[in-house]
Amino acid sequence: MSGESTYNPSNGFSKWMDSRLPILRLAHDSFIDYPTPKNLNYWWTFGGILTFCLVTQIITGIILAMHYTPHVDFAFNSVEHIMRNVNYGWLIRYIHANGASMFFLAVYIHIFRGLYYGSYKAPREVLWILGVIIYLLMMAAAFLGYVLPWGQMSLWGATVITNLFGAIPLIGENVAIWLWGGYSIDNPTLNRFFSLHYLIPFLIFGVVILHIWALHVPGNNNPVGISVKGKQDTVPFHPYYTVKDGFALTVFIILFAYFIFFAPNVLGHADNYIQANPLVTPAHIVPEWYLLPFYAILRAVPDKLGGVALMFGAILILFLLPWLDTSKVRSARYRPLFRQFYALLVLDCLLLGYLGAQPAEGIYIVLARIGTVYYFAHFLVVLPVLGIVEKPKAVPESISEPILGAQPAE
Amino acid sequence: MADEQNSAADETNRRDFLYLATGAFAAIGAANIAWPLIHQMNPDASVKALASIEVDLSAIETGQSITVTWRGKPVFIRRRTAGEIADARTVADADLPDPQNDAERVQKDEWLVMVGICTHLGCVPLGQAGDFNGWFCPCHGSHYDTSGRIRKGPAPKNLEIPSYEFVGDSRIKIG
Repeated sequence: MSGESTYNPSNGFSKWMDSRLPILRLAHDSFIDYPTPKNLNYWWTFGGILTFCLVTQIITGIILAMHYTPHVDFAFNSVEHIMRNVNYGWLIRYIHANGASMFFLAVYIHIFRGLYYGSYKAPREVLWILGVIIYLLMMAAAFLGYVLPWGQMSLWGATVITNLFGAIPLIGENVAIWLWGGYSIDNPTLNRFFSLHYLIPFLIFGVVILHIWALHVPGNNNPVGISVKGKQDTVPFHPYYTVKDGFALTVFIILFAYFIFFAPNVLGHADNYIQANPLVTPAHIVPEWYLLPFYAILRAVPDKLGGVALMFGAILILFLLPWLDTSKVRSARYRPLFRQFYALLVLDCLLLGYLGAQPAEGIYIVLARIGTVYYFAHFLVVLPVLGIVEKPKAVPESISEPILGAQPAE
Repeated sequence: MADEQNSAADETNRRDFLYLATGAFAAIGAANIAWPLIHQMNPDASVKALASIEVDLSAIETGQSITVTWRGKPVFIRRRTAGEIADARTVADADLPDPQNDAERVQKDEWLVMVGICTHLGCVPLGQAGDFNGWFCPCHGSHYDTSGRIRKGPAPKNLEIPSYEFVGDSRIKIG
């Protein structure tokens, strides 16, 4: 859909620039006159919202780093210093901490939108894979960032996650020692986690550029899931989608602000306001809410290596999704059976999220095992088989047809 | 000379040799540069210097435990009761997930010294708890017996026994 450029340099400077570095042309063709399907709904506004989240995290993060001390003796106190002494430090830290949750909320909606409308299917496989890479980087950044306040959950969450690498046969223990820079999580670990936590957002930024590039080659998918046939199916990105994205972003920021100003700690864990103590493990270690489904999968398996393998497998399987789904029809609107299984997958992820926060005993383990089996079955069995046995509904001829009714052929 | 080159185009020539040799040299160079960049993350000299400690056991009564820090990790030292020793000795080794005789895990029957880190994912187990009245890890539900052996739950191994020696009747050196 990257058609002819419509950019027209209007003054002397932009003409001069255009023949040297056509960056204004690139911006114009990508974000102003970019032809966008005219039927995108509000589920399509989360790309813009996610960009906002990334920029917010980078700005607040750079500011927090000006006041934070990455040392086991000072880290916890420096966070309290930010909260109590630094001008507006409480605000900036609460934006950053809740911003991580908002980022994941938006990315989960974005991912499930892609799952529903088949946005991972040809010709958007690379776009989808880049998205999964961004998601992995986000999880790494969130994990590393959670360690920095050096509270009890920071230390013990980091202990559990770094020990996951210890499950690798033969080299696992050496990998763990290498990650720690010692024989347990200590000052060298905190130091390097700070360094990497600062690095990853910029890696994400780079992959986001590739993600947008890979989006702009085939163009947006849309709720109908059929390809754009020509100019009559599109509208320019600006003002149609800048305004739509802007409105959705405003609503999103209201929710964000609610958490920052009225419930800033509701998504965190009280134990992280206790300074890290390597000799006492909290009675109940839980990760942040956005990692709970994977934590439930980890604990559902009664074998260390098996649990670790399935937990990482649950994410890595997303890389194969474009080839596991054998159906040619993109949008779930025309796939009655797929819709039911999709609803089941959403419920399954919510169930696993709930179970990840419960103690690892009794009925919770049984349910987590059922949930884990369904999660993998959905991708490895249901999607490949469904594409063959399901009879999809008639797909419309054009993007306009579902709205305007069938029109005579031109 | 041009003719010679053409006739030799399909065969290995001096240019191919130079190409491969240059590539190999660059690869070895890159690996040599990469190693310091990777190895810098391993434990440094100051961390390694704290490798061993001595602990005085004289104040510990039967049935009491202490926790000391060694290499940043907790080490449990427990003076076991006769009942706990008997419990640990009556289990058939073959029934254990990680079979090990209690006698192999202690130097003196009374004193159990082990690294207090769950072999599952590194939490610190709680003492005198769990189904076997040994240690219980609250993180993911691993139960250890009075010898620190894994009996139930996701942990794959028994609690690790550090290298230690008695340097007197009531003094040990760990590490």
